[in-house]
Amino acid sequence: MRTLARYWRAPALAALLVVAVVFPLVDTSAVDTTFAINTLIYVAAVTGWSMFSGNTGYVSLGHAVFFGTGAYAVGLLAWHQHLAGDVIFATLPLGGLAAAAVAVPFGLVALRVRRHTFVVVTIAIFFIFQLLAFNLAFTQGNQGVSAPFLQWNPATYNNPFYYAGLIIAVLTIAWSWQIRRSKFGLQLRAIRDDEDRARGLGVRAMRSKLAAFVISAFVTGVVGGLWFYFIGQALPETVFDPTFDLTVALMAFLGGFGTLAGPVLGALILEPLQQQLTLQFTNGYLSQILLGALFLLVILFLPRGLVPSAEEWLTAGRAWLDRRRPPRGPVPAEAAAPETALAARKAGE
Amino acid sequence: MTALLRTEAVSKAFGGVHALADCTVEVDAGSIAGLIGPNGSGKTTLFNVISGYERVDGGRVYLRDADITNAPPDRVFRSGIGRTFQLTRVFPRLTVMENMIVAAGHHDRLPNGSGRGLSGLRSRLARAGGPATRRRAIELLEFTGIARHADVPAGTLSYGQRKLLELSYVLIASPAIVLLDEPAGGVNPTLIGVIADRIRDLNQEGTTFLIVEHNMEFVMGLCDRVTVIDNGTPVVTGPPEVIRTDHRVLDAYLGTDDGDSDLPA
Repeated sequence: MRTLARYWRAPALAALLVVAVVFPLVDTSAVDTTFAINTLIYVAAVTGWSMFSGNTGYVSLGHAVFFGTGAYAVGLLAWHQHLAGDVIFATLPLGGLAAAAVAVPFGLVALRVRRHTFVVVTIAIFFIFQLLAFNLAFTQGNQGVSAPFLQWNPATYNNPFYYAGLIIAVLTIAWSWQIRRSKFGLQLRAIRDDEDRARGLGVRAMRSKLAAFVISAFVTGVVGGLWFYFIGQALPETVFDPTFDLTVALMAFLGGFGTLAGPVLGALILEPLQQQLTLQFTNGYLSQILLGALFLLVILFLPRGLVPSAEEWLTAGRAWLDRRRPPRGPVPAEAAAPETALAARKAGE
Repeated sequence: MTALLRTEAVSKAFGGVHALADCTVEVDAGSIAGLIGPNGSGKTTLFNVISGYERVDGGRVYLRDADITNAPPDRVFRSGIGRTFQLTRVFPRLTVMENMIVAAGHHDRLPNGSGRGLSGLRSRLARAGGPATRRRAIELLEFTGIARHADVPAGTLSYGQRKLLELSYVLIASPAIVLLDEPAGGVNPTLIGVIADRIRDLNQEGTTFLIVEHNMEFVMGLCDRVTVIDNGTPVVTGPPEVIRTDHRVLDAYLGTDDGDSDLPA
């Protein structure tokens, strides 16, 4: 059964990609494509976050720093250089680099502590950055930064953003997958399980954690830059936004913290839902309350997230089927039964 | 004959408690050395100091001629000292094979400086655990008898199997010396025999051992030389048959009349 997945996984992913590529051509509703762009932005953001947090187990609630840095970096660049048109997408890596540069000192401080202390330190550093954005001269305080006026055809205005978001999301997922299977990724997961033991086996823990943190910040910075161009403005409170981190963490925990597919699934479910709720209820707080309730339900009933839980149910279901299925072939029933039961129990473990 | 591993007058205090004081221990290359002493006498602290988990307050640690005093754990491991922990530590959510690959990490790279720059980057990006590493890992797992568990998460192993895994992954880096912290502790008698046999086999092939153990039968049957440590200071070193009858050992374990030996146990 497990080997079957090998055969359908690649075609299924290809089909999904085709659907994603033709989507804005088929569905030209600006509301729908706006939903889709925001969703892609969060798919990339949560995958980028998971590159660090999912692999190392260090839960960062300070990634909005990188989102904001990326947004401000490309924003100030576009504003000073009077950029407009397709060239703006070429500046996105610079947003990533700015975020990565910020991540080095941030990581060197925050990564000295672990677990809960790390979470608290990331929140504290986040607020320092938000304050800086409000108060520094070059970030222009409350005014923030405005995006260049893009003279694209209003009918297909969303399409360049959609495809940029899709490319960023796909590349981020591919990168994340590559990290997971690499030696670097294995070292990160060893750090997650027992950091001191990993150090005693030759893993340079600080270096690996910092590298993952910086890579993760780069992706988040790129995403922040794209968001800035799409929304058209960066204010200290909208790009250095604490709910960004809470949303990303919620997506990851809903889908399955530490997995590759889980956070993506979490973003695909939560972001459209969040936007639909915001549209449905003119009272913005109601949608927030509903999301909060959802979060509680997830923690109560799916503490490990959708993907790991679904895998458990699948193996349990398979084991149940195996137990009920009469043994095939010439094997006598009484000889085969205990073996399959044992195999089923193993699979269920 | 120069010692493979040598601590020179190492001292370490936690607050006012002197865990190690003037601790000089030598382990000859190719030997199996034992380290015994009452609870709280500083055996594990000595291991922590050697393997880089604790910094010394004074004294030096040498591996052959290299001064490794206060080197961080990853560098100590790379320099050729592997260790296991008293409370066995494996990576529970990684498979047994992945546990092995983590420990093989720096060994995948070639020694001629190719670990740096572009080729180093490529080796880090490549799929973890090449065929050679996996072959070596399976060999070692077969050697310790847990190869059939290679693909299960290490967290599902029994305590004894984890001890064997810990021994296996320390060995994959081909360390010059292995420090074992209570390899027989909490393990059933059959498995203790297996562990002792494996240590003997590895020693025949040239691996040096330093073993902390409370199981006297295990230590006396295995070790070439035994050091008794009390209050952080070695009191006597010698072959097992001499140690067995030395009065200072009995003093260390049972206490003396003049009351200079406290037994925290």
